[in-house]
Amino acid sequence: MNRTSTPVDAPAPGAWEELVTAALLGTERRTPPGGTAGREAPVALLDAAALETVRRRAGLRPAPAAERPAPAPDDPRPPLPSAAARRLALLLADRPGTGTGGRRGTAPDLMELLPQWLAAANARGFAPPPQTLPALLDAARGRTDLRPAALTFAGPRATWLARLNPDWRFALRAAPGGGAALPPAEDEEQTRRLWQEGLFAERVALLGALRTREPAAARELLASTWSTERAEDRLMFLDSLRTRLGPEDEPFLEQALADRSRNVRATAAELLSALPDSALAARMAVRACACVAVDRTRETPTITVEAPHECDASMERDGVVPKAPAGRGERSWWFGQLVEAAPLRTWSARLGGRTPREIVALPVADDWQSELHGAWCRAAVRQRDAEWARALLGAPAAPEAGGPGAVSLAERAKLLGTLDAAERAGWVAGFIAAHGLSEAFQLLGVCAVPWAEPLGRAVVDALNIARDAGSYPWSFSGVMGLAERCLDPSEASRLDGLLAIPDEHEDASPGAGGYWAEAFQRLVTTLRLRAAMAQELGAE
Amino acid sequence: MTQQGVRWSAEQVLALAPDAASRKAGSKLGAAGPWSEAGSCDEGTVWGLCKGSGSKPYQTVVDIADATGPAYKCSCPSRKFPCKHALGLLLLWAGEDAAVPAGSPPDWATQWMEGRRKRTEEKRAADASGAASASADPEAARRRAERRAERVTAGATELEQRLADLLRGGLASAEQAGYRLWEETAARMVDAQAPGLAARVRELGAIPGSGPGWPVRLLEECALLHLLDQGWLRREQLPDGLAATVRSRIGLPGTADGPPLRDHWLVLAQYDTADARLTTRRIWLHGADSRRTALLLSYGAAGRAPELALPVGLALDAEVSTYPGGGRQRASLGAQFAPPAPTPVRPPGMTTAEAAAHYGTALRGDPWLNSVPVTLDRVIPTPAGDSWQLADADGDTALPLAPSARSRPGLWRLIALSGGAPVKVFGECGHRGFTPLTAWPDGEGEAVRLC
Repeated sequence: MNRTSTPVDAPAPGAWEELVTAALLGTERRTPPGGTAGREAPVALLDAAALETVRRRAGLRPAPAAERPAPAPDDPRPPLPSAAARRLALLLADRPGTGTGGRRGTAPDLMELLPQWLAAANARGFAPPPQTLPALLDAARGRTDLRPAALTFAGPRATWLARLNPDWRFALRAAPGGGAALPPAEDEEQTRRLWQEGLFAERVALLGALRTREPAAARELLASTWSTERAEDRLMFLDSLRTRLGPEDEPFLEQALADRSRNVRATAAELLSALPDSALAARMAVRACACVAVDRTRETPTITVEAPHECDASMERDGVVPKAPAGRGERSWWFGQLVEAAPLRTWSARLGGRTPREIVALPVADDWQSELHGAWCRAAVRQRDAEWARALLGAPAAPEAGGPGAVSLAERAKLLGTLDAAERAGWVAGFIAAHGLSEAFQLLGVCAVPWAEPLGRAVVDALNIARDAGSYPWSFSGVMGLAERCLDPSEASRLDGLLAIPDEHEDASPGAGGYWAEAFQRLVTTLRLRAAMAQELGAE
Repeated sequence: MTQQGVRWSAEQVLALAPDAASRKAGSKLGAAGPWSEAGSCDEGTVWGLCKGSGSKPYQTVVDIADATGPAYKCSCPSRKFPCKHALGLLLLWAGEDAAVPAGSPPDWATQWMEGRRKRTEEKRAADASGAASASADPEAARRRAERRAERVTAGATELEQRLADLLRGGLASAEQAGYRLWEETAARMVDAQAPGLAARVRELGAIPGSGPGWPVRLLEECALLHLLDQGWLRREQLPDGLAATVRSRIGLPGTADGPPLRDHWLVLAQYDTADARLTTRRIWLHGADSRRTALLLSYGAAGRAPELALPVGLALDAEVSTYPGGGRQRASLGAQFAPPAPTPVRPPGMTTAEAAAHYGTALRGDPWLNSVPVTLDRVIPTPAGDSWQLADADGDTALPLAPSARSRPGLWRLIALSGGAPVKVFGECGHRGFTPLTAWPDGEGEAVRLC
C-alpha cells in the first residue's frame, strides 16, 4: 500500500521516524519522543510504536492509479468447448521435468500430444481461455517446435501479454501470420515506419509476414535499406526471401552476389540456383556439363566425370566455396557444388535425352557415383523436383535401399519431402515392408500425420514381427513414440489383438512379452485419447 | 442432485494433488487406458481398477461427498495422499462421461464406504462422550487452564523483558545478533505453552535479513508483540471480543463454539503455506445468503498436504461454526448436506478505497491482522514501476500487489484473464498490499484460481 502517504490524524509529522531512529540506536543513546511518565524508556517506546503502527495501518489509503494498460485486442474466434478446455489444462499441466524419469508404463505422454492438439484447435479456429495463456507461452518458450502453432492458437492477447513480460519476448519476434503487432497490409506508411524504426525482431517478423502476403513488396522494402544494413542482419533478411521465391527476385539476388559478406553471397547464390531460369543457374549448368559426359566406347554407356581443375574468380562469385572441408579433395568439393547448383533439366539434354530414371541407372566410372548422386539429391531437394527425387529414391523394396547405398537415409528423407503426401506414405510403407523398422525412423518423420492407411498397417505389422522376433520393445521406442502420435486413431481397434501378453518363446528376451503388451497398451490408450481430443474439438 | 451436475473440472481435481509430481502422475492416469470397471454412484462415490506395474490392478475408491472434503482409498503402496491413482480416477470422472458410468459400487468399494461411515459414527460418538468426560471434571479442567495461564504469563513477562532489553541496546544490534537469539527466545515461548508468541518471535528473526526498510518492519513487529504481551497481562480489563482475540493470538486452544450457520458456501480460494514444521492450508468460504466470509484452517505435517480439500468455484450446502476472537473469521466446517455443486454465485465486491477502509476497520477488533479477505469489483491489473497494482476501472485509486504476490504465476493468469479489461478479484488486502487469490472475468465465466 502507499506507505509514503501520511496517515490521517498523525500526531506530529515525523513522530514515527523519530521512534524508528530511537529504536535503531537504542534508548540508552537516544531518548524517544513523548516519553510516558512512570514507564521505563524502552517500554514507553514500544507503547508509542504499537500505537503508531496500528494507527498507520488503519489509516492506509490506496495509491494513485498508474496509467492503465491499453486493452488487449479482441479475439473474434469462438471460445473452446468446455471439454476441450479441460483437456488443454491437462496437457499443459504435464510439463517436462515435473515427474520422475524411468519406464513409461501404459500411460500416454501428454506433452507429446500438445502439438497435434494445437493443430486441431487451430484448424477449427478456436480461441483459448485467456487464463491458459501464461502456461501456453511457457510451453512455447521451452519448445521452439511448438512455437508457431502455440502462438497462432494463443492469438492476439498473447502478443499483448508478451509485451508485458520479458520472459515471453520470443512471442513478439515470431508473431505468426502477421500477428497483431504488424500494421495492416494497406497501411504502407506505417509499414515503412516500422521497417525503419522497429527493433530487429519486429523487422524480421514484418518482413516475413509481408513476404507471405506480397512477395514483391517485401523485396522492395528490403532493397530500400539494403545498403545500410549490418552484415548479420542482411543475412537474416535475405533468408526470408526463401518464402515464395520467384524469378522476379533474380535481379536483387544477382546484385547480392557482389555483397561484401561471404555468407550473404553464398545465400544469394543458393537462392538463385533454386531458380532454374536464372542466369546463375545457366552459368552453373555450363560449368557442370563440362565435367560430366557419357562414354559410349564402353560396353555399357557409362558416365565419366572430370572434376574442375581450379576454382576461378567467376565460380567464387557464383557462390562456390573454394576451400574444401578437412578430409575432402578440392576438386570433388568444387564438382559437388557445381552439380548441386545446376538445373536438373540440363542433364537430359547433356546425357543423350535420357529420362532421370535412366540417367540414375547409368553406371558411373571411377568411384564418382556417390559424389554425383549426392549432388543430384541436393539439387532435387533444392529445386523441389519430384521426378528426379523419385528416380534417386528408387524402388522402396530394392535391396540396396535398405543398406548403405549411394543415397543416405537423411538424403532420402529430404527427397521424400518433394513428393506428395500419399506417394511419400506409399514409398515408406514399401520400405518398411521390405526392410523393417530399424532404419525407418527418419523416413517416418517426414510422412504426413495421421499416417495413411497402408503406412499405418505396415508399421503395425512390422512392430508385430519385431515382437515375435523376441527383442525388447525399447529397441523400437522411437518408432513406438511416433506411432502413438501419428497412427490414425481409427486403427486402435485393429491393435486389440496385440494387447495380451504372448506366450514366451525359448529364444525371446526374458519378460519381453509383458513389456510389449505394455507398449501396445500405451499405443492404444494414446490413440483413444487422440480420438477423444479430436471429438472434443468438434472434428468429425 | 444429478451426477452430471456435480462433476468437477480438471483444475479442481488437480488442486487436490499434494505436490507437482503427483499432479503430473495423476494427469497421466486421467485417461481411459489403464482403468477398468470404473463407475460412480449418486451418493458421491467414484471407484475403478487401475492397471499398475504389478499383475493385480489397484483398487481405487474416492468419496467426494464427505463433509470434510474427498476421502480416498487405494490399494497401492504410495504414501502420497491422495495418490496418483485417486487423482487419475477423479480426472477420468471429471473428463469423460462414458469412462465412469453411473452404477452400483462393487463389494470392495462398498466395504470401504461402510467401514468409513462406521468409523465416522464411532468417532462422533467418542467426541460426544469425550466432551462429556471433559466436562465431567470441570474442576480439573479449570486447574489445568489456570496452570497454563500462569506459564503463559511468565512467558509474556519474560518476553517483555527481552523486548525492553532489545530496545535499550538498539535494533541495530539485532542485526549482528543474528537468528540464534530469536530461536532461543522462541524455544522459551514454546516452553511457556504460548505457540502464538513463539511463532511471532521466530518471524522477528527473519526481518533483519529481509532487505531495505527492515528497521521499520522490525519495530512494527516488536511493537505488536509488545501489544500482545500487554493484552495478555491485562486481559481481565479487555472487552470480551478483544480478550478472545488475544487468547487465540497467544495460541491458546479454542473451540468453534459459534452457532452453526447453514448456507450455500462458495469456495473462494484454497492455498497452502509451509514452514519447516507444518503445512497450513487456508480455505476461504463465502456464504451466498449470509454474505459472511469464513476461513477454514487445516494442517498437515511438513511436506504433506492437509486432508481437507475443497474445489474452488463450487458451492457447499453446509453448516459452519465460527471460532471466538479475530472478528470470528475462522470457522470449522460442520455437517454437509450435499456434495459440492457448481454455482453462478459470485461474492459482492467493493472499490479499492473501500477495501483499504475495510482493513482499517477490521484492525479495531484485531490489531494484529495482517490482511482481510476482500473482493474487488471492476479492477484492472496495471503495471506500476517494477510491480503491479489493481486499479479501479471507474476511479483513480489502486491497491499495490503484496511483494509475495509479484513473483507468483497466478499474477500472469490474472493479467491474461483481464487483458486490460475490468475483472472481479478476491484476495487478501493488508498493510503489505493486496494478494489476489481468485478472479472472475467481467462477463460470464468460471472462477479462475490464482494461487
